[in-house]
Amino acid sequence: MQANSALEPHGGVETFNYRVVRQFSIMTVVWGIVGMLVGVIIAAQMAWPELNFGPYFHFGRLRPLHTNAVIFAFGGCALFATSYYVVQRTCGVRLISDKLAAFTFWGWQLVIVAAAITLPLGYTSGKEYAELEWPIDILITVVWLSYAYVFFGTIARRTQKHIYVANWFYGAFILAVALLHVVNSMAIPAGAWKSYSAYAGAVDAMVQWWYGHNAVGFFLTAAFLGMMYYFVPKQAGRPVYSYRLSVVHFWALVFTYMWAGPHHLHYTALPDWTQSVGMAFSIILLAPSWGGMINGIMTLSGAWHKLRTDPILKFMITALSFYGMSTFEGPMMSIKTVNALSHYTDWTIGHVHSGALGWVAMISIGSIYYLIPRLFGREKMYSTKLIDVHFMMATIGVVLYIAAMWMAGITQGQMWRQTNMDGTLTHAFIDSVKATYPYYYVRVLGGALYLGGMFLMAYNMARTIMQGKAFDAPVPAVSQHAHA
Amino acid sequence: MSDFFSEFWGYWVAGIVVVSLIWLTYLLISQSVVKLPKGQQADVTGHKWDGDLEEYNNPLPMWWMGLFYLTIIFAVVYLALYPGLGAYQGSKGWTAVGQYEQESAAKDKDVKPLYDKYLKVDVATLAKDPAAQKSGQSLFLTYCMQCHGSDARGAKGFPNLTDADWLYGGKPEQILETLNAGRAGQMPAFGVAFGEEKVKDVANYVQKLASKKYDAVRAARGQATFQQVCVACHQADGKGSQLIGAPNLTDTVWLYGGSERAITETITNGRKNRMPAWKEALGEGKVHLLAAYVYGLSDKPEAGAKP
Repeated sequence: MQANSALEPHGGVETFNYRVVRQFSIMTVVWGIVGMLVGVIIAAQMAWPELNFGPYFHFGRLRPLHTNAVIFAFGGCALFATSYYVVQRTCGVRLISDKLAAFTFWGWQLVIVAAAITLPLGYTSGKEYAELEWPIDILITVVWLSYAYVFFGTIARRTQKHIYVANWFYGAFILAVALLHVVNSMAIPAGAWKSYSAYAGAVDAMVQWWYGHNAVGFFLTAAFLGMMYYFVPKQAGRPVYSYRLSVVHFWALVFTYMWAGPHHLHYTALPDWTQSVGMAFSIILLAPSWGGMINGIMTLSGAWHKLRTDPILKFMITALSFYGMSTFEGPMMSIKTVNALSHYTDWTIGHVHSGALGWVAMISIGSIYYLIPRLFGREKMYSTKLIDVHFMMATIGVVLYIAAMWMAGITQGQMWRQTNMDGTLTHAFIDSVKATYPYYYVRVLGGALYLGGMFLMAYNMARTIMQGKAFDAPVPAVSQHAHA
Repeated sequence: MSDFFSEFWGYWVAGIVVVSLIWLTYLLISQSVVKLPKGQQADVTGHKWDGDLEEYNNPLPMWWMGLFYLTIIFAVVYLALYPGLGAYQGSKGWTAVGQYEQESAAKDKDVKPLYDKYLKVDVATLAKDPAAQKSGQSLFLTYCMQCHGSDARGAKGFPNLTDADWLYGGKPEQILETLNAGRAGQMPAFGVAFGEEKVKDVANYVQKLASKKYDAVRAARGQATFQQVCVACHQADGKGSQLIGAPNLTDTVWLYGGSERAITETITNGRKNRMPAWKEALGEGKVHLLAAYVYGLSDKPEAGAKP
């Protein structure tokens, strides 16, 4: 999509591989729009059930399409783009293999397209956030191992003595996701598009939520913390607040997350001891999570005034605030007595979206706004004003969304447990559905606002690209490792 | 009772949990000694990446470390009280099943006098008691509406409970029997045995029985088959039998649809249906109330007149 000349070294000087970063950055915005559009559609289907047309356009099939598209297509592309950029910039070398990097791009896009076709057709392994059937799972594994080779191979070639903190988080994410994906997707094929899980009963459920919660922990948290650790200090022009804190919270975070899965299975057939251990470590997870937030927000101390004028920084700091909020909410919801109220209600959906829209998407949007001008040889985005409008729309959208789901969830939880004097339930389930409608309308509105902001971003990006030209920065000739 | 098939795994889990908690504590203690003298600014580490990326080396915020310690203390106390350390059951002896049984027993004890009172009243009389009907409706909306609908009018394959037509009878003792023991309805598949033409013939005869439009030639042929085969359950007059749950084919009520196409499908592929048994799950008192509620819903004068 870009002029090939951009790939040639400038006057014999080696350049960074920005081509793959450009590709993934653009697709981040494209898949963001697709994934969030499907999200708005299924939110509308909840508010107006008559919008469920036929099997292919039914909520049951579009919902996994939405989750896969926003997590793995939008989030995944953002992580590929930023990790490839960050690892090159902070290691002072070009990616170890351009061919393999290109393979990860086209391979990942193939995975996404395969998901977008098979999920509406009804092919699913039935595991949440791991619905894709075994042939696609194998493709994911191949792409992921290539990604690991490119990333760690580049780190091995670094001219810097020390590995920058962002790369620890990206590295942990790549290793953990490989492990999670392979273990959870183990299945016995029963035809080209059908398989049965290798695990059974409560063990299957435990493996699934060990995967599920660590998909949150490593894909949606650790990796985006890596993004935060590069783009926040860069955009703020300030040093990271504390190296010491980054070491401690990194190890505590990657260690503790692995334990937290059972809180998704409170009061189920999972043994009591597993549930208790999961809950205890979920609560311990609070401080390690907040370590990242503190390090990000405190990096701004001394540069608070920049928040007034810089909408990219606003995106990043708001993202960190939502991160802090949802990582407080999470441990709280893992407490059994709270979980007894919140589980199976829309509160959970609200919690997920305060993390997904508030933290993951906002930090990605901020980082992509940072990247686009640099990848196309421009000083800044086409319109700073539009970024500001995007920021306002996104923020209002998230707040509407999560406030509506909090109210919906607590209403549902209270209605389900209320009993009459005769011991019978006060409300039929359908009554709680009826009571939820007002909140469903608000959610559609919040989601639509957020999606609208993404369209502004796409326009702003297109105009910036049209003004600029694919640009590959030269690798600094003198590496700084002597300095360290 | 243990969740482990050998003692080793209990110790294994407990060991890993304890070592993990000790490791996290050690991680924190090792950092507690680092403090910054008052009024002094932290220095950068001296490493530099990508031109201008640097890091201060501020000590960990005290409040953050306090929070971390608190959560670890919480975990230690929690795992001492509740099951978690492998096979160790916790000092409170708590189990999820135990909690459920305890809470259920307490609730059951509260409402027992009420249900005992209802049990002494027969279903027909109870159906006229507004308080009992209200309780019955709550139960119906919890346990029955998934199939029979919140208005009890059913759906395809799920009987309407508000009309005068009953598969197994609408008298109180029959409704009680249906609720307590459940019912298993089965219409055998005749597609293979009859062949396509014969199925159509029988379907037309059934249309005739139901006073619908039919093909006279086919119906005549179908009648012969009906009198040989179908009669075993649906009886010679096609009015069925509540003893075995064979539906009356001469009325306007159809469980799976009364169009020629639906009837053909029923004869060809057969039908299977099941009403679950509720005696174990709900207990006598609630079943009694539900029976009274359903009896109260139905169109009684005709129901009583049914064979």
